[in-house]
This record gives sequence, C-alpha cells and structure tokens, in this order.
Amino acid sequence: MMQNDMSRRRLLGLGLGLGAAATLTLAGCGGGDESGPAAGNGGKDYTGPKVDLKLWNGFTGGDGDIFKTLVNQFNSEHQNIAVSIATYQWDDYYNKLPGAASSGNGPDIAVMHMDQLATFAARGVITELDDVAKTLELSEGDFAPTVWQGGLYNNKRYGIPLDMHPLGFYYNKAVMQKAGLDPNKPPTTKDDYTAALTELKKSGVQGFWVSPFQFTGGMTFYSLVHQWGGSVFDAEATKAVFNSDQAVEACTWLVDLIKQGHSPANVGQDADYLAFKSGKNAFNWNGIWQINDLKKSPEIQWGVAPLPQIGSQPAAWANSHNFTIVKQRANDANKVSAAKVFINWLSQHSLDWAKGGQVPARKTVRDSAEFKALTEVNALAPELEYAAFPPAAPGLGEVMTTFYNSFNEAALGKKSPKQALDDGAAKANKQLEDNRKKYGS
Amino acid sequence: MADVLEVGAARGDAPPPAAGTARRGASARRTGRLTPYLFLAPYLVLFGVFGLLPILLGVWLSVHQWDFQLPNRPFVGLDNYQELFSSDSAVYGDWWQSVRATAIFTVFSVPLLVVVPLGLALLLNRSFPGRTFFRAIYFAPYVLGVAVIGLLWRFLLDANLGLVNRLLGAVGLPADTPWVTDVPWAWVSLVGVTVWWTSGFNAVIYLAGLQDIPAELYEAAKVDGASAWERFRHVTLPGLRPVLLFVITTTVLASANVFGQSFLITQGAPGTETRTVVWFIVEEGLRDNDAGRAAAMSIVFALMLAVVSIANFRLFRYRED
Repeated sequence: MMQNDMSRRRLLGLGLGLGAAATLTLAGCGGGDESGPAAGNGGKDYTGPKVDLKLWNGFTGGDGDIFKTLVNQFNSEHQNIAVSIATYQWDDYYNKLPGAASSGNGPDIAVMHMDQLATFAARGVITELDDVAKTLELSEGDFAPTVWQGGLYNNKRYGIPLDMHPLGFYYNKAVMQKAGLDPNKPPTTKDDYTAALTELKKSGVQGFWVSPFQFTGGMTFYSLVHQWGGSVFDAEATKAVFNSDQAVEACTWLVDLIKQGHSPANVGQDADYLAFKSGKNAFNWNGIWQINDLKKSPEIQWGVAPLPQIGSQPAAWANSHNFTIVKQRANDANKVSAAKVFINWLSQHSLDWAKGGQVPARKTVRDSAEFKALTEVNALAPELEYAAFPPAAPGLGEVMTTFYNSFNEAALGKKSPKQALDDGAAKANKQLEDNRKKYGS
Repeated sequence: MADVLEVGAARGDAPPPAAGTARRGASARRTGRLTPYLFLAPYLVLFGVFGLLPILLGVWLSVHQWDFQLPNRPFVGLDNYQELFSSDSAVYGDWWQSVRATAIFTVFSVPLLVVVPLGLALLLNRSFPGRTFFRAIYFAPYVLGVAVIGLLWRFLLDANLGLVNRLLGAVGLPADTPWVTDVPWAWVSLVGVTVWWTSGFNAVIYLAGLQDIPAELYEAAKVDGASAWERFRHVTLPGLRPVLLFVITTTVLASANVFGQSFLITQGAPGTETRTVVWFIVEEGLRDNDAGRAAAMSIVFALMLAVVSIANFRLFRYRED
C-alpha cells in the first residue's frame, strides 16, 4: 500500500512536472519570453505565462480583510499572476503546512512568524530568498536588527519581513479618570505604575489583571524578563536561562501584584482583556493587533502607549510576519519568480498593511507621513528600538511552551517563582538537547 | 418411462449426470468456501486499510526518530519506548503527568457517565406528558461540537467574570472558586461539563435497552410481590447487562481519549496538570514533529486501554457464570 502510494505520488509528480515542462515549451513557442534563470530575477518583474499562486496565512482577525484587499489590488495590477488566499488559525496552519507541502497540495507563498522560520527552513519546507532581498535592496538598516537577523537560518535568508507586532500598554481612560488619575498621562515608570495601581485600588479597582496564560500574561512576563536585563535563552539559543535572578525578580514582581490585590488570582484566558473592555480593570499589556478590535467599540475610552519601564531597561515582546516561498515537488520556475514579484509588491505596499494594525517592517514606510497619521499603531513604533523578538532556532516552539507553562505555575501560585522557573529551565534544557540531536546543530 | 430410464442408466458411454452435478457441486463448494470471505471483504478491506495498516505503520514509526520532513529518519530501536520509562528523559515528566491527568478524568467521569444516564433513561422511560420533549432536551448538548461547549463553559466558569461564580455568590456561597485554573476544581469542571455534554448519548442507548425488556417480566415480578427496588435489581439490571457492557466499554474509551475539553476549558492549567495523553501525543506528533515518539506513546497508551477493556469484559463474563 505504502509502495503503491509512493509510486502514485511519483507518477503525479511526474505528471505535474511534464505539465510544467509543456507550459514552458509552449511559452517558449509563444516567443518574446525571457524566462531567465530558474529563480527569476528576484522579484523585479514577471513576464512569463499566466500563473496561479496559492497563498496561505493565519490572518483570521480584522487584518485578514485588509490583506485580501491588498491581494485583490495586486491581482488587478498583474494580468499574468493570480494569487488566491486561504486563511487558517495559526496553530492549525503550522500543523497543516508541512504535510500539504510535501504532498504537493501546499501553497506557493506562506506567511510565517519570525520564530517559525528556522524550524520550517531546517525541515526543508521553505526555500531561500537571498536574491529577493538583493533585488528589493533590503538591508539591515531598513529594519530593526533582530527582525532582519531573524529571517536568517544558516546564513541564508528564508523570510522577507512584512511587519512587526509588539506588545503594547493599553489603558482605560474612563477607569483612570474615576480613580483620579490623568487619563492622558499613562504611567511610564515603575514608580508611576505602582502609584497608579495604588490609586486604582483605593477606588475599588484591581488595576492590572495578571493572566497566567501565554496570551497575555506570558508575553508580559517575557517583556519583563528582558526589562530586568535577562533573557529566555542564551545568545545561541542552546541553553535556557529563564531561571536567572533577573527573571525570578521579574516574575516575583508580577506575582506580587496578585498578592497585593492589584490583580485577582486565577485570571482566566481572555478574562484580562474582557475586563479591560468592560472597565473592570485599567491596564492591559496586549498585542498591537487589539487596536482594531478596540476601535470597533467606540464606547470604550482607551489609549495605547509603549510598555512602561518596570525593570532597568525598556523592552517589549514582539514578533514579525514574514513572507516565505514554499518548496514545491514540481519545481515551476515561473511560479517562483511570480511569487517573488508578489512579495516585492506587497512589501512596497506595507503602509496599507499598517492599517491592519501592524507596524510595517520597512523603515522608509514607518518614517512616512502617512504612517505617522495612524495614531495608535504609530504610538507603538518607538518600541521597535528595544523590541525583544523570540529567538529563532529549529524546534524552539515546544521550549517556549515550557517557558510559558512555568510562568503559569508561578502566576497560579502552584509554585514559588524561583521553583517554577528552575523546574521549567531544567526541562527546557532537556528539550533543547533533544532538538540538537534531531536537527543536528 | 421406465425403459428410458433403464436405457439411460445402462449406457456406459453416456456422461453420468451425477458427474456434472458433482462438478457443479465442487465449484459451488469452492465458491461456498469463499462466500463468507466475500461477504466480509468490504469490511475487511476497510479494516485493513484504516485499522490494521495504520497500526502496523504506527509500530514502524515508533522505532524510528521520524519527522517526515527531515531527510534522515534514523532507526532508534526501542529508544522511544525507553524514554517513557526513564526518569531523566525530556518527555518522562510530561508523559506520566498526562497519564495521571487522563486516569483521574477517566476514574471520575466513567462512573458518573454510567449511572447518571441510567437514571435519566429510567425517568424518560416512564410515561408522562412531555416525555419526547425531555428526551430531546437531555440529548441536545450531545449534538454540539466540543469547540462550542468548550468556549461556552470556559466563559461560564471563569473565576472572576463567569456566570457560575456570580450565581454562587448571589446565593451566599463562595464566589471566587477557580473552576478552570486550579485543581481539584478543574477536574470538577471537566468531569461535570463532560457529564452534561455526553450523558444524553448513553441515556438513549439505555433507553433502547430498557424497551427491549419484556413487560411480562415486570408483571410477573409484581405478582410475586417484588418491590420497585427489587424489580430494578432483578429484572432491569440483568436485562440491561449487554447494554451496560457496551456503555461501560465505550465510555471508558471515550473518557480515556479526552482532549478537547481540557484543551479548551482549562488549557492544561495549572501548569500542565490537566494536559491529557491524547493532547500530549498530538503536541509531540504534530506540533513538535516527532511522529516516532508520538507513535510509541500511542502504542503504550493503547496497550493500557486494552488491559482495562479486557478486565472489563472478564468482570462481566464472571458475573454471568
């Protein structure tokens, strides 16, 4: 059965290959066609026969509509390229992609988070894009250095950054006003922050709900670890160091907020954000993507600012969406070069993407007057100077889960911060060793 | 007539009709021998392709370090199994914690899922106005998907914003019970939600079983002066034995396969205490792309369940003797 299956697949692959070859030959017959090298000309333009490209993404929120509009615009401007989109939940998406790609049913272009690139590159799902970066004349100067470095795996580029999405500090103006705080002056330092929480408590509000889950408590803790000068892994992502003194202090600060009554215990998933929207708390550290959601409720008076500096330096969790090109069983050079044209075009149009609630990756777009007019998104742009992106190494996803689970145990009071983080780091180190064996790095 | 017969019988060179019959008989017997297999074939093919083959492939995977995207998938012998039992491996702690979580859930949910639906079925088997309506009502939650009931109850049970705690508070009970973020409350929630969700299904099966018990038996028992309890004990329960065996077996297996409820309602909290075996296998196999390790876990888990099922069948057989 397995054998049959394999040979059927091979046959299919052969069929596709022949089909592609036929198309190429036909195109050749049509004349006037300079197909150029196999990989195209790095996305400058595409003059070959009409191709259909499949693009997969995980933009299930309001950003999905904006993305679709952009793609439609691209399609109407390019008569010989038709891009169709499929959207999945990110979790499903990452599970589905490898299988789909290896059976020949995958997309041509895939949108991916920065920290997933290394895993998918190591597993041979996505292809190198160095020539696109060259054609687009992109260099480290155009981006935050971390986001630019994050697209590399084994010194080759696999992702072209589209945007960056940091954690922001949302404050409910109405609740602040009721507690006698200036709603236009959100706290920016540790002292301001705790003073504000004390005032809020006096007015009967538990100001800052500490969620024990990755969204949003885990990301808050991640930001604070970096604010205290610590990190989750060492520089090469070979050792877990999130049980350092700095990390324990950061964790203790958060857990103490619960003990001091600034947050209820046992905050459920999403409860922190729902409470923020209904005025039950005043502060929420949440992703930039919530801007669009909050805009849907005009009755809420809210503002967003960079995270206050609680530790010794500013830092904020952030991630980045990247474009990648999926390796195909049937290598169709036309599709690859058309895909590069698409990535190039969308990168240049990333200002429109900013309206989806993301900070464009390109510095030139960020510096434009049009971007500055997007008040809320622009308010978080300064965070990119010190944004702490998740490290990129293959198989790091499960280790990050271990990190978030240790925080969960601490925030729910099952273990002391030190105990929870020590246990977590010990397990994480075993997982890292496992990964080294598997990916052979 | 008799002549013809005699002649026919005397003719030595005539093809003996019996021989023809014998040939036909032989071929009929041959096809006869095939007949049961031909009738079984549709199921056998399905079982082979979707049952047996995956199991064999699973065993094959479990002795490899298997990531279908990586070019080298080395044979690792029994390493994947050994890891599950050696306390210094990366998965040992998580694996046994997930086994523990699944065991707790199964031990508490199965008795309730066997007894509560039986009670429901007994009530719904009596004749009273609106019976059909109530039968539908109790079955209704079962038609909802796990995603629906998961999200629904996660918000209802939220410690700080949920309706359940609000109502408890309104009647003077503690209003800050961490239903989904701390044990033992998380287990109470998971078991409770599952009972609410799937009781209707078992109740329908019991109901069918109850209707198969002849009314004469009850009448006879009544005539003999048996009380309601005695009728239940000596007529209803023995009559339901095969149904009970079915319900218990399928419920044990369904409970041991719990995944969606804890994935959505408690999300494994606190820490990973409510992360179940199936969930952990999915994470290893699909998220961390280690199909070999996931296959080894599945096989060990399947063996555990086989032991439970065998014990279950034995228990019922001995009772019959």
